[in-house]
Amino acid sequence: MPIGDMLLRSVDDSQINTVFPNTFEEYKKWDKEKDELPPEEVYKALFQELAYGDKIQVGRALTRMNYSKSGWKSLIKKTSRAIKKVVKKEEFPDSYKEFLIETNEKWADPTYWYAMGQMINNQTSIYYWNAIDRTFDQELNVVQQDEDRRVYVQTWLKTLKVSIYVTVFCLILGFPVAHLLANLPLRYSNLLMIFVLLPFWTSLLVRTTAWIVMLQQKGVINGVLVWLGILNDDGRIAMVYNETGTLIAMTQILLPFMILPLYSVMRVIPKSHMRAAQNLGAKPAMAFWRVYLPQTIPGMSAGGLLVFVLAIGYFITPELVGGKDGKLIGSWIAYHLKTTLNWGLTAALGAILLGFMLIFYWLYNKIVGIDNIKLG
Amino acid sequence: MNDSTQGFVRFEKIDKSYDGEVLVVKNLNLDIAKGEFVTMLGPSGSGKTTTLMMLAGFETPTNGEIFLESKPISKIPPYEREIGMVFQNYALFPHMTVAENLSFPLEVRKISKAETKDKVQKALDMVELGIFGSRFPAQLSGGQQQRVALARALVFEPRLVLMDEPLGALDKNLREQMQYEIKHIHDRIGITVVYVTHDQSEALTMSNRIAVFNDGVVQQLSTPDILYEKPENSFVAKFIGENNTLNGVVKEVNGTTCSVDLDKGFGMVKALKVNVNEVGDKTQLSIRPERVTIDSKNPNANNFSGKIEELIYLGDHIRARLDVCGNNEFIVKVPNEGSFSHKEGDVLNLSWNPDDVRALDL
Repeated sequence: MPIGDMLLRSVDDSQINTVFPNTFEEYKKWDKEKDELPPEEVYKALFQELAYGDKIQVGRALTRMNYSKSGWKSLIKKTSRAIKKVVKKEEFPDSYKEFLIETNEKWADPTYWYAMGQMINNQTSIYYWNAIDRTFDQELNVVQQDEDRRVYVQTWLKTLKVSIYVTVFCLILGFPVAHLLANLPLRYSNLLMIFVLLPFWTSLLVRTTAWIVMLQQKGVINGVLVWLGILNDDGRIAMVYNETGTLIAMTQILLPFMILPLYSVMRVIPKSHMRAAQNLGAKPAMAFWRVYLPQTIPGMSAGGLLVFVLAIGYFITPELVGGKDGKLIGSWIAYHLKTTLNWGLTAALGAILLGFMLIFYWLYNKIVGIDNIKLG
Repeated sequence: MNDSTQGFVRFEKIDKSYDGEVLVVKNLNLDIAKGEFVTMLGPSGSGKTTTLMMLAGFETPTNGEIFLESKPISKIPPYEREIGMVFQNYALFPHMTVAENLSFPLEVRKISKAETKDKVQKALDMVELGIFGSRFPAQLSGGQQQRVALARALVFEPRLVLMDEPLGALDKNLREQMQYEIKHIHDRIGITVVYVTHDQSEALTMSNRIAVFNDGVVQQLSTPDILYEKPENSFVAKFIGENNTLNGVVKEVNGTTCSVDLDKGFGMVKALKVNVNEVGDKTQLSIRPERVTIDSKNPNANNFSGKIEELIYLGDHIRARLDVCGNNEFIVKVPNEGSFSHKEGDVLNLSWNPDDVRALDL
C-alpha cells in the first residue's frame, strides 16, 4: 500500500487541476502557432480562479507551479494581491489580459504560459525527468536541466559506485572473518562472533559518530599518524565529510550483513572437502579455489545482495559523515521529503531506487539464481 | 623389494599426541605388504583414525617415521603423496557433477582431456555407475555416493587407498553388499588398502589382516581367523566375536598349558597358556560360545554345570544364557538339531576342550 501510494504520487498532478480547472480548459484552446500569448478567455479564467479560489489550495498549487518554472510563485502572489484589490472595489477591468499584463509584465512573457502546459494533465512524468536532471522545454520536449541544477545523475552514479565499493569491501573484509568464525575452535569463534555482533547491536548513530571521532582531521587516526611522525601536522588526511568517510563508515556498518550469511554457509561446508581435494592432489590454494570458494557462492551472493540493497538506500551515515560530496540519493530523498516538501519528486526518486533494486534482483536471479541464496 | 622386514607401508615407532601430554598413538609399529587389505579395527578413540590421517598426511607423527615404498613420507605434503582416500562422509564436492568429481584429481595432474574422459568412464564403469556421470552427488543415493567416492579415490591410480569408515552411513543391507563389492574391487585391481572401521564383522569380511587398536596401541595384528580363534589378550577376545570369560589364578604351568583355579572356589580349569607368565598370576579365561558342548562327558575336558537363565530361539541355533561358575552371562550356542528339550531353570552339564580355553591377561 505505501509503495503503491508512493508510485501514484510520483506521477500525480491532479491537485493543481482542481484549482485552475477553467484556466486549463481555456488554455487547451490556445493556438500557440497563431498567437504569441493565450487569448483573453485564459486570462479571465485565471483572474476569476485566483480571485475566488481557496487560499490554501492555491498556495499548494503555487508550489507545484514553481517546479515547472521558478518565478511562478512570486508572480501569482503579486498578481493575487492586485486582483483582491480589484474585487474589493468591484472595478472589473474590460480586458483581463491587459489588466494582468499591466499588473505584472511577466504575464506577457510566453515562457510562463508554456510552463503551464506541463501541468494541465492529471498525470505527469516531470518528477521522473527531474530525478534524472531533465525537464521540459516550451514545446514540452525533454531537455537537460540548466547546468547548475544538475545534481541527480551524478548522485545516482555516486550512489551506485559507493554501493558497489561498499559491497566489494565488505566481501573482501568479511570473507576471512567469516572463514575464521566457521573454522576456529568454538571458544574462540564465540568470542569473535561477539565482536562481530556487538557493533551490530549498537545504535547506528553511535557508530557513525564514533567514525567521525576516529577519522576527523583532529581525530584519533590522524592524531596517531602525526604522533608517529608518518604525517606532519599540516598534512592531516581528510578522511571524513567526503566520499572516503562514507565508504569507510558504511563498510564497517554493513559488514555484519556480509559476515553472517557467509558464516552460515561456510559453517556447513565439511572440513573434509579441503582434505579430500588435497588428498586428490590439489595444492591448498587450488583446493580453496576449486572446492571451497564455489561452495561459498550462495553466502557471498546473499551477503552481497543484502549489503548492496542496504547501501543503495543508505541515508543516515552518508548524511553525517559524507559532507558535501559524500551525499547519496537517500539524502536527497530525505531532503525533498522534509525540507522542500516536493513529494512528487521524492516519490519519483524512491520509485527509481525501487526500480534499480528490482533490476539488480532480476539480474542476480538470472546469473546466480535466487534459490541459491542462503541466509542460514 | 617387499620382503617381510621392509613392508610397502611401514610405521616405525610412531607416537602421536595432540596436546603434548596424552599419547593417542603409542609406539606403533606396523608393516603392510603391497596389495594387502589391512583393517585397523578398534573402538572410537583408539587411535585408528589418527593413524590413518598420519598416513594420508593430515596429521604429523610426534615421534617416529612412516615409510611408503621405503621412503620416509612425513615431510611430504598430502597432495604429493599419491594416496587415495575415501572419507567417512564421502566428501564429494557438491558443486561438481559425478564426472567432474572424478576428473578433478586428473585435472590437477594436468592429464589430457581425452585421457581424463577415458579414465573417468572406466572408473565409473568399475563401480557400475557408468551412466551417472552428469548427475550431481545430491541426486544420488547413499550407496551410489559411496561408489563415486571409491571411484574418485581410485581414478588417479594412487599407490594405496585409505578408507575411513566408508560404510558407516549406509544401512545394514547396503553395507554388507558394499563390503563384498569393495573386496572384489580390491581383488581385481590388487591395490593396497588400509581400512578403518569399528565394525568387527566388516573387518572380518574384507581384510587380509586386521590390526586391533585399543588405547593407542595395536593389541594384535593377524589374519581374521587367527584373531578370532587365537586372541592374544582379553581385549581382542572381547572385541572380536562373542566371548565367555571366567576369572581365576594360575596354579600350575605345564609347557603350553596351565591349570587355573577359578575365583570363589568353583574348581580347576585346564587351559592354554597364552598371556600369563607364572604360577600366581591372575588371569581371565576366554571360551568361545560355540566351543562349549552340552552333555558330552570327556575325561580330558573341563566339565562344569550351568543353570539356564534364558533361552533365545534363533532358528539355526538356540542361544542359551547360563550361570556358570558365578558368571551369569555365560553364553552357549546350541545347534538346532531338534533334540534340545531343556527349559529355563534346568541345570546342564557343560564341557569344553582345554585347547579352546585361553588363559589371558586380566
